[in-house]
Amino acid sequence: MSSQGGWGSSKEFLDLVKSIGEAKSKAEEERIVAAEIEMLKRRIVEPDVPRKKMKEYIIRLVYVEMLGHDASFGYIQAVKMTHDDNLLLKRSGYLAVTLFLNEDHDLIILIVNTIQKDLKSDNYLVCCAALTAVCKLLNEETILAVLPQVVELLAHPKELVRKKAVMALHRFHQRSPSSVSHLIPKFRQILCDKDPSVMSAALCALFDLVTADANAYRNLTTSFVSILKQVVEHRLSKLFDYHRTPAPFIQIKILKILALLGAGEKHTSENMYSVLAEVLKRSDAASNIGNAILYECICTITTIHASPRLLEVAAEITSRFLKSENHNYKYMGIDALGRVIKINPDFAEQHQLAVIDCLEDPDDTLKRKTLDLLYKMTKSSNVEVIVEHMISYMRTLNDAHNKTELASRVIELAERFAPSNQWFIQTMNQVFELAGDLVPPKVAHDLMRLLAEGAGEDDEEADSLLRSSAVESYLHVLGEPKLPSVLLQVICWVLGEYGTADGTHSADDIIGRLCDVAESHPGDITVKGYSITAITKICAFEISAGRQVDLIPECRTFIEDLLASHSTDLQQRAYELQAILALSPETVANILPMDASCEDIEVDRNLSFLNEFVESAAANGARSYMPENERSGMSTVVTGTHEQLEPSAHALRFEAYEVPKPAAPPPIAAAPAALPFPDFEEQKPESSRSLRKQLAADREPDADSLNPEIVRLRLDGVQKKWGRYSQPQSSSTSTSSLDRRGDHGSDQVTQVGGGHREAVAASSIESGSVSELRQIERKKPQPEISTEKQRLAASLFGGPTASGRFSGSGGAKVSSRPGTVVQPAEKVLPPRPSSGGSKEKASDAGISKQIAAPSIPAPVDLLDMSDDNVPRVMTTAPGNDPFKQLEGLLEPVTTSSALPVPPQTASMDLMSLYDGNPAPSATGPVTTVPDLVSIAAPSSNSGASQSSTNGFPSLMDLGDLSASPFVELTGSVQGQASSKPMSQLKKGPSRQDSLQKDAASRHVGVTPTGTNPALFQDLFG
Amino acid sequence: MTIRFVLLVNKQGQTRLAQYYEYLTIDERRALEGEIVRKCLARSENQCSFVEHRNYKIIYRRYASLFFLVGVDGEENELAILEFIHCVVETMDRYFGNVCELDIMFHLEKAHFMLEEMVMNGCIVETNKVNILAPIQLMDKSS
Repeated sequence: MSSQGGWGSSKEFLDLVKSIGEAKSKAEEERIVAAEIEMLKRRIVEPDVPRKKMKEYIIRLVYVEMLGHDASFGYIQAVKMTHDDNLLLKRSGYLAVTLFLNEDHDLIILIVNTIQKDLKSDNYLVCCAALTAVCKLLNEETILAVLPQVVELLAHPKELVRKKAVMALHRFHQRSPSSVSHLIPKFRQILCDKDPSVMSAALCALFDLVTADANAYRNLTTSFVSILKQVVEHRLSKLFDYHRTPAPFIQIKILKILALLGAGEKHTSENMYSVLAEVLKRSDAASNIGNAILYECICTITTIHASPRLLEVAAEITSRFLKSENHNYKYMGIDALGRVIKINPDFAEQHQLAVIDCLEDPDDTLKRKTLDLLYKMTKSSNVEVIVEHMISYMRTLNDAHNKTELASRVIELAERFAPSNQWFIQTMNQVFELAGDLVPPKVAHDLMRLLAEGAGEDDEEADSLLRSSAVESYLHVLGEPKLPSVLLQVICWVLGEYGTADGTHSADDIIGRLCDVAESHPGDITVKGYSITAITKICAFEISAGRQVDLIPECRTFIEDLLASHSTDLQQRAYELQAILALSPETVANILPMDASCEDIEVDRNLSFLNEFVESAAANGARSYMPENERSGMSTVVTGTHEQLEPSAHALRFEAYEVPKPAAPPPIAAAPAALPFPDFEEQKPESSRSLRKQLAADREPDADSLNPEIVRLRLDGVQKKWGRYSQPQSSSTSTSSLDRRGDHGSDQVTQVGGGHREAVAASSIESGSVSELRQIERKKPQPEISTEKQRLAASLFGGPTASGRFSGSGGAKVSSRPGTVVQPAEKVLPPRPSSGGSKEKASDAGISKQIAAPSIPAPVDLLDMSDDNVPRVMTTAPGNDPFKQLEGLLEPVTTSSALPVPPQTASMDLMSLYDGNPAPSATGPVTTVPDLVSIAAPSSNSGASQSSTNGFPSLMDLGDLSASPFVELTGSVQGQASSKPMSQLKKGPSRQDSLQKDAASRHVGVTPTGTNPALFQDLFG
Repeated sequence: MTIRFVLLVNKQGQTRLAQYYEYLTIDERRALEGEIVRKCLARSENQCSFVEHRNYKIIYRRYASLFFLVGVDGEENELAILEFIHCVVETMDRYFGNVCELDIMFHLEKAHFMLEEMVMNGCIVETNKVNILAPIQLMDKSS
């Protein structure tokens, strides 16, 4: 539009734009921008740059940033530009500032003053420029500086200003709700603004408010319904039409709000039914925008309290979307289907083939959307098929974000619906393989726990078969290159625990593999730790079975390496292995019993096993123990060697320092920690001490066993309690095995004791649910169907829709193995070498499992879900609302389920619509035109007369924009500035304009014959 | 239901206009634009006009050599955004007359002003072309 000063820019600027536009490569573009930056740095600091020139520089800075380079050297110029008196320059300055700065930038403070001034300006366009900037530039602190002025502008005579003021308040509400909390009622008032634009701005704010608290706004329902009705009935000015659809974006916004208000509210929802039916009836199913409204209707209908008739229509529209050839409609259809089946699960069945088509479509977006849908409709009967599809899709992914999301979904489904443990383990392995370290470690621990605990039934045989199969599959998996760390940890743990259990693999074999694992991951300390511990366990099992352990050379080198490792953790583990090798079979069997990973460890919190020792020490004249808080006072007195002074400190305290001490925690904490206690525990041979830690760690794979710091730290607490009164002596060898066990327990309680018990309880629940899952009927054998697709469809949708949970083939598969008998209660846990407390512990654990079993949460069938869980709250009495009164005047709308014509499935050309030249493929919309017009015209008139006679400020009233002085103004502008009529249906200005433009471009040397003719390509061409 | 950004990119992947409704650093923008453009430009005509990327859903539409991309968050009506893009293009067309890539490049600030009138705080506030263009035309007149 050259007549509007478009080519007034300098040759330099045009050249820049031209060169950027014609840049052939990113590198060339970078060169241009780099040169530009250098030039601008020099130019903008020159004195007396003309203001117009400066504006051009600032736009060039915008280019620099847009193309990905820093232009911060020029920010201050943009800030200065906002002070300019010229409106165009001022607004350009504001624009640049909003593009450059975020709301917490230091320079903002320089603009607040300008904004304040501009908000008070007489020129409403200046106000608007400032309000636009306000929306992007202010933070919590600066909001307060302009708030009063913005509120004042809510009453501005110009609707443009009012609209922007509303949006500014909306922004304030988003940014700092407390700053505008007192203004919330304003939004209700603005909803009744006579100008539709201002009303529509208020809808944005109200949407946020309703989202936060629907109850408080339920009394506005009738107002929203009434506005929507007026919009649909075409009572707004034609200027708000978009391709003959009345104000579609306002319709959609109101539909969204209605969905929020009606969710779970029967009465409120019933008030919406008629207007929803009206919207459905009037929306043009042959246009994109009509379908956008229809889709939004489906969303609303499926969210509010259901109306069977509306649901039927929603289902019909969904079918139409799904059957469309247009991928966009298919996508919307899949989404809508997900919404409809939440209420009516049976609806999925008739569209199974369409869904399968989408699932197999090469279009990635569609495929993902379909997987989303399947994820929502997964149940135990189709979990295998769906997870299989998800995993095969996961193979094609390569970005971390999607993979993580998909992996977590697969894991969730597998955990909820797994038909068997074998399947679960295989699925998990695939997930680990594909998503690797994106999988949270907890999943790995759950998997280990599942293997350790087995099915949770008294079925040892099945458990050991499961473990053997896990070992086999892991040995196989190890052959593959590049495994993620988490999976390697699981593999090491499983091999260590069960590698030699069934006798098919020799210890040397497994140890060899474990050494390989560690060797091929030299940088991964965690994997190494798992690996050496696994080797330790295998050695221990060998020793306790009475076999001679002769480490293979490979393993010896590995241990040697670790003994000199920088990681103290690895060192310690290696030393422990060495120490175990030197112990007798009985001792080893006690330290590391076979298959005892899920035994409950009894914790003797009173440390009663030490009583004997304490008594003998007391008999030998040792002082009795005094709790820490009683002896805390003396710490301030202590000056010399602590051990010598402490007794006298006690004496002092009781006899001479009876004065009550103020509660002074710092000395309490500081003194004991700093004391040089005789640390007999620390001086003991490292191996026996840490072995117990190791034992504890092994028993609880969840615990942070690889963090010796935590272990050490907490142990200090125990030592403080007991260490100071004991003479240095070796305790470990003299204590009985029961004591050892208990002692170990005390370690355990300080490290992970609390968590462990919970973990065991939780895991027994989990294993219980797994056992139930096994009984869930497995997928029924499919009847012979001709095509692959139909089979897939049947496995996804078909079969018994009610998820039968009777014990079927799944359960039988496990229990029908030869030789399986019902295990007696004592066999809940695997037998382990005799130790004092084993029996109690075993029965203990057995009980806890039995207790846990009944509380199994039944797997939820997603399809059974209804949205009744939204809290119901009574509607408050409707306020005094002009729209309400207006409502009574509107004649009741006859609801109709008649559907609009099916969409034009063949490529619908909207351009042709726009052109007004009926293209062959767009006959649908064209034929509906007279229809719509005839509806629109009379209703518009009657609406106006109705409302005006009643004197209520309705949308309609002033929706007729021709009455507005502003429109007259714009009209005159239009008249002067351009020759094209406003209502012109034909696109663009006259040919003359383009010719002019073309001539101008030739004039400045930018010709269409340049290197990039695309630059001149008419976007609609 | 908010628009997070509006991007105009030509078919070589060069950014022609970028408006973000949440703050991202230049590097973040650069990375995001690169990834999105690569994704969208690789798609064929008959695939659907929506692409999911990280937490965004991107709705795009091609006009001659220019791609219009709008990034939205979760609960947005994709078809409506698709039509919103068209509305933007129609508005530009009405202002510039047979709008082409170079028009937008030469009048970057005008294109931004139109967008400012249509979208505020990530919400579509105006689609009435008269209302959108009136302040811009008045400004042109006064300067």
